[in-house]
Amino acid sequence: MTGRTNRKIKLDFWFFVKAFVLIALCLFIIYPFYTILTKSIFSSKVEGVTLYNFNRFFTKPYYYRTLLRSLVICSLTTLFSCIVGVFVAYVMTRFNIPGKTFLHVLIILSLMSPPFIGAYSWIILLGRNGIVARAFSAIGLTAPTIYGRNGIIFVFTLHLFPYVYLYTSGAMNSIDASLEEAAENLGMNKLRRIWTITLPVVLPSILAGCIMVFMTCLADFGTPMLLGEGYTVLPVLVYNEYMSESATDPYMASTLSVIIVACSMLMLAFQKFVVDKKNYTMSTLRPPQETKLTGAKRFFASLPVFVIIFLALLPQIVVVCQSFVERSFSGMVQGINLNNYRAILSRLGSNIFNTYFFSVIAIIFIVIIGILVSYVLVRKKGKAASVIDTLIMFPYVIPGSVLGIGLIVAFNKPPVVLVGTAAIMIISYIVRKLPYTVRSGSAFLYQMDPSVEEASINLGVSPMKTFFTMTARMMLPGVMSGAVLSWITCINELSSSIMLYSGKTSTIAVAIYQEVVRMSDGTAGALATILSVSTVVSLLLVFRLTKGKVKVV
Amino acid sequence: MSNEVIIKNAVKRYGDFTALHDVSLTIREGEFFTLLGPSGCGKTTLLRMIAGFNSIEGGDFYFGEKRINDVPAHKRDIGMVFQNYAIFPHLTVEENVAYGLKARGVGKAETAKRVAEALELVQILPLAKRKPSELSGGQQQRVALARAFVIEPGVLLMDEPLSNLDAKLRVQMRSIIKKLQRRLGITTIYVTHDQEEALAISDRIAVMNQGNIMQIGTPREIYAKPENPFVAGFIGVSNFLSCEVVSCAGGEAAVSIRGEAAVSIRGEADVRVPVRRSYTGKAQISARPEQLFFSETGMPGKVLFSTFLGDFIEYEVELDDGQTLVINEYTKDTNAVHELGERVHIRFDAARISLYDENGEVLSK
Repeated sequence: MTGRTNRKIKLDFWFFVKAFVLIALCLFIIYPFYTILTKSIFSSKVEGVTLYNFNRFFTKPYYYRTLLRSLVICSLTTLFSCIVGVFVAYVMTRFNIPGKTFLHVLIILSLMSPPFIGAYSWIILLGRNGIVARAFSAIGLTAPTIYGRNGIIFVFTLHLFPYVYLYTSGAMNSIDASLEEAAENLGMNKLRRIWTITLPVVLPSILAGCIMVFMTCLADFGTPMLLGEGYTVLPVLVYNEYMSESATDPYMASTLSVIIVACSMLMLAFQKFVVDKKNYTMSTLRPPQETKLTGAKRFFASLPVFVIIFLALLPQIVVVCQSFVERSFSGMVQGINLNNYRAILSRLGSNIFNTYFFSVIAIIFIVIIGILVSYVLVRKKGKAASVIDTLIMFPYVIPGSVLGIGLIVAFNKPPVVLVGTAAIMIISYIVRKLPYTVRSGSAFLYQMDPSVEEASINLGVSPMKTFFTMTARMMLPGVMSGAVLSWITCINELSSSIMLYSGKTSTIAVAIYQEVVRMSDGTAGALATILSVSTVVSLLLVFRLTKGKVKVV
Repeated sequence: MSNEVIIKNAVKRYGDFTALHDVSLTIREGEFFTLLGPSGCGKTTLLRMIAGFNSIEGGDFYFGEKRINDVPAHKRDIGMVFQNYAIFPHLTVEENVAYGLKARGVGKAETAKRVAEALELVQILPLAKRKPSELSGGQQQRVALARAFVIEPGVLLMDEPLSNLDAKLRVQMRSIIKKLQRRLGITTIYVTHDQEEALAISDRIAVMNQGNIMQIGTPREIYAKPENPFVAGFIGVSNFLSCEVVSCAGGEAAVSIRGEAAVSIRGEADVRVPVRRSYTGKAQISARPEQLFFSETGMPGKVLFSTFLGDFIEYEVELDDGQTLVINEYTKDTNAVHELGERVHIRFDAARISLYDENGEVLSK
């Protein structure tokens, strides 16, 4: 190997890993999206390549209004989430709020719950036939409606503010106390200190949280579908265009998909080129001090936090209660029992089985691919690795429903017909949920010193054996904590499942959606309780795995 | 097989940057050899090439007669101690040390015996069952050492092993390493940027700078007779004085120290330095602070600053031509204290200083 001839590609194990991952990504991300892209420039009404559908979108109010509405919903939700999230983060990190650690767990829990359960529960409370609504009308008042724009924003905010909270409190905890002390020493009063030092320093983290809120909001399908009534947003329109019996138009659905993806990409570009540039690295020698409040001050600081967290968790509580209430067809309470559970076990047993079966298979693939890909990204840097890095994060900008449509249009004709099979569900789970595991695994590996691997090789163990017996093993905590998040989002997955399921491959999330539409609150509640319990148990597992230092975002 | 390490014309490139230019070295069997230099000089690069973790862009590496360029890292049979110890965090002390023996298929009983011996040698046998997280830095260092030599490697490599320890522990570990190396007679290549550590621990030192070897020699040779201004400046403290070699005869150079102010000690050519070859023209003198002394005659100047350091006083003196010098005067030799601003004269022993020509090549014997 003397001289400079050592330029050829090594046909080793890692070459095959890279090749396999690249091919899989091309097949299940690039190809479906490419199909959507090409479909978007055709139309059933015009021959040949045309911008007809784009033109129609931007000129017909029926279409462009949904984009405007989506943007309104996303912007306002982001604004409110930002206010609530930053407030809760500030109070939680700076004051002695009772039960702080427990509250932190509850906030993570509310974020991890299936998104549409919030919408469903609030319908039970404030909907047309809701408990609270009826209580209000009994005393002659009208309860605020949960339907329409304001309801969607309300439910979204309660569900998504944890993103801002998690990012911001992470940053607030890493500000060195001396920074604020220095400002104080230089003669700044408390409010101006917060305004001139604390806020600017944590601003990049706040923005990062806001972008997560905006993107999730933009992609989410369940909440606006259940609450929107006439107020149709873009993802709902995509679903309608593609799925509803009346107006099936795959070309228009593709055009809409392209527009959604373009919006998320703009957001991501904003993050990459504006927000990330502003990030500060700080060495925290002394973590910030907690101010000890007493008596009334402590009470009034804690109260809003408690109220917010209570409201965020209320849907879960409602759902669990609802699952034990048996109702007649007309909605009258018949008794408190387990009949709802009996009903779903006999009628929807296969949904329950499918959910866990698909998720288990997906998670096995996710863990294996996650370990290998994390290793490639961190230790085998190069052109192939950076392409994989970009592609693997792509599902962040593609809403589930869009990926669902992409997979359908890509694999609904020979040679490969996957539509309607379990395989296509599992593939969509793997592709969409892999980023959690890869991010967590590679972050963990970055902190692992490569000299540990070198020490093993130096002591006579081959690189391959070192990887499997040493490195992979040591990566496991990082990979597993990511994998649990992948798992939680797999079992709760709705937006791509609803596009891809067939009679035989339906899941719990899809069934809840259908039960809610059918106004069958009890069975929907029982199904949702199963998901919630699974989520809580999985989260507790991840807390144990990471000793409480879970990184959800 | 002899445990000599021979490196011929080693070259390392990172893209367009050449980290190592044509380095050749021979490390003798049983020798404690140190690669010393500032960060980025290529010392760790060279060590990692020997270990097999860096690719070799040119040159040949031999262990005895065996060329190892194409031997993969895990088959080179080299022990290595890493800068951050690289202790396997999920294994106990014992399991860490046994790891290399397991890879070599050593039997259970034999492994247990050798692990115990190794731990005994580095004095941590009682910690055998502990996890690395329960160990202090110094203890982890001992585990790393034991793990490296328990496999009885032909060569032991150490990459700045003491740099993460506090000053006191560093001195202590340094003597443990040295004694252990003597006892096991293992050929050792040690990398450090700490010149004091290198002087204290090594049989021979290679001083490196910008991918080149500047000088190879015993600690005494390198300190007393630095072969170029870089080595003179890097090892210990050196004063550099511009001067001129006026004439050269009979193995002695007549040196005139003059700047713009034409400072000289006595007449035109006043200092006679024993030289190895003939040269006239611009030159440079390097002298250690302890090789300079105050005198009645000599280079005139004034005291700028003084620092009391216990066993000696360090004076900063500005010569009349503007050059500044650092001079150490030992408190055991004199009670005199020079005041700031005091006019002084400075001399040196011409046989002990180093003289370099215009290109930085050594002239003095």
